[in-house]
Amino acid sequence: MTQVSIRNLWKSYGDQVVLERINLEIAPRSFVALVGPSGCGKSTFLRMLLSQETPSKGEILVDGQPLAPEPTPERGVVFQRYSVFPNLTVLGNVALGLEVAGAPVLGRLFGAARRAAHERCREILAHVGLDGAHDKYPAQLSGGMQQRLAIAQTLIKQPKVLLLDEPFGALDPGIRADMHELTLRLFAETGMTVFMVTHDLREAFLLGTRVVSFDRTRSRGEEREVYGATITFDIPVHRSGAARQVAA
Amino acid sequence: MSRRLINQRPGRAGIIYLGALPFLLLLLLYAFASAARRAENPNDKLLPGAAALADAVRRVAFEPDKRTGQIVLWSDTAASLTRLALGLAAATTIAFVGGLANGIIPYVRAGLSPFVAVVSMVPPMAILPILFIVFGLGELSKVMLIIIGVAPCLLRDMQLRVEEMPGEQLIKAQTLGASSWQVITRVVAPQMLPRLLDSVRLQLGPAWLFLISAEAIAAEQGLGYRIFLVRRYLAMDVILPYVAWITFLAFLADFVLRRLNRRCFPWLYVSRA
Repeated sequence: MTQVSIRNLWKSYGDQVVLERINLEIAPRSFVALVGPSGCGKSTFLRMLLSQETPSKGEILVDGQPLAPEPTPERGVVFQRYSVFPNLTVLGNVALGLEVAGAPVLGRLFGAARRAAHERCREILAHVGLDGAHDKYPAQLSGGMQQRLAIAQTLIKQPKVLLLDEPFGALDPGIRADMHELTLRLFAETGMTVFMVTHDLREAFLLGTRVVSFDRTRSRGEEREVYGATITFDIPVHRSGAARQVAA
Repeated sequence: MSRRLINQRPGRAGIIYLGALPFLLLLLLYAFASAARRAENPNDKLLPGAAALADAVRRVAFEPDKRTGQIVLWSDTAASLTRLALGLAAATTIAFVGGLANGIIPYVRAGLSPFVAVVSMVPPMAILPILFIVFGLGELSKVMLIIIGVAPCLLRDMQLRVEEMPGEQLIKAQTLGASSWQVITRVVAPQMLPRLLDSVRLQLGPAWLFLISAEAIAAEQGLGYRIFLVRRYLAMDVILPYVAWITFLAFLADFVLRRLNRRCFPWLYVSRA
């Protein structure tokens, strides 16, 4: 049950304004799809939600609290690539989140704690459809399975907010449909607040409960530097549960 | 129509023959030149024949030295390999820790990076006299030369590799709750180890160079020491087998490191089956 408020957010690099006047109130259980042309700042916006970048002006509140100035476990993330650690097995990748929490110095669990952690990891892996791949390394997985693993990694920390940066952009259409189904199922089960950047409008309306589009309102050459992109459309998507299933 | 030269590939047998060809040619060239010189002067020392070489190998590798009672080749090999191993181990440790810290902790990088960049430009051989003065003529100065010669390169390479890591991984680890220490020990360091071993392989050549140089100038035993000692007597029959032996050792070290990499870091070599 996480509410996110974005208040008068600006981002500029030097004189170049990238984003301006972003105001959003995100209700709990929202799936916000962020769309817009390349370079409109939607990924920058996501990076600010992640604290990978800091806003030039304005603030972001999660359940009324300002964001920590660096990434924290309350906000999980899945990138388009490089989300999983190549040196760890599938099980090791998921267990990492539990191991670093349980062992500050070694970052590894042993004995009963390790067995318990692995048991939880196996449950989550089964849930995202990665049964039977526990001992494989990411390089042995297909792109779709790597993204399933990246999602499983974030789920183990039970984040309040899940940030997806074009997570399915590099996948084949068939695989992408499977991933949509998984995403919808997890969203319904966990009640996380999700932000997803996507290029694919169909995907945005299929998954989102709210589609927010970013664009520059002034596009003449000399104006491009001075004015940044802002929210041009904010469309709630109403769908019955049955319709969701069919659409997926 | 015949294919372009760049598209023609030798078969399995062809690869073996072609690979052996330069070695055979070199051997033949040596045999002819040696035979020609010995035809003129049977006691020629510059290009000794097979019998003379075999005799020298028997002397240095299988018979105890009359003065010390040790077998020269083995005591030289042990001395040199000990220095090399100590130097490389120290340099590798320094490079790994320094490179990781430099690559990932901005405050360390700000403080250390310019210093390392300048120090790595100091020609190690130019400060060899200083090493001899400071550390004496014993083992320490030779090991120090290897460390000073090899560590800066290894460290800078390590730093570059760390900086090349996708930023996504560091962010992801933080969203899983990892502290700086845990990001380094669980995510960055394990991925850097195989890269470190690879750059150590590339630094084996320079390490041998520094070792032999230091031994040539001041030592009581060692492979480099022996070569420069017998040079005074134009003892090519000893120098040539020693050079072949050193080359073999260097090749072996490279091979072992390569195998070690494959064995210890399977994740780097697996691919989708």
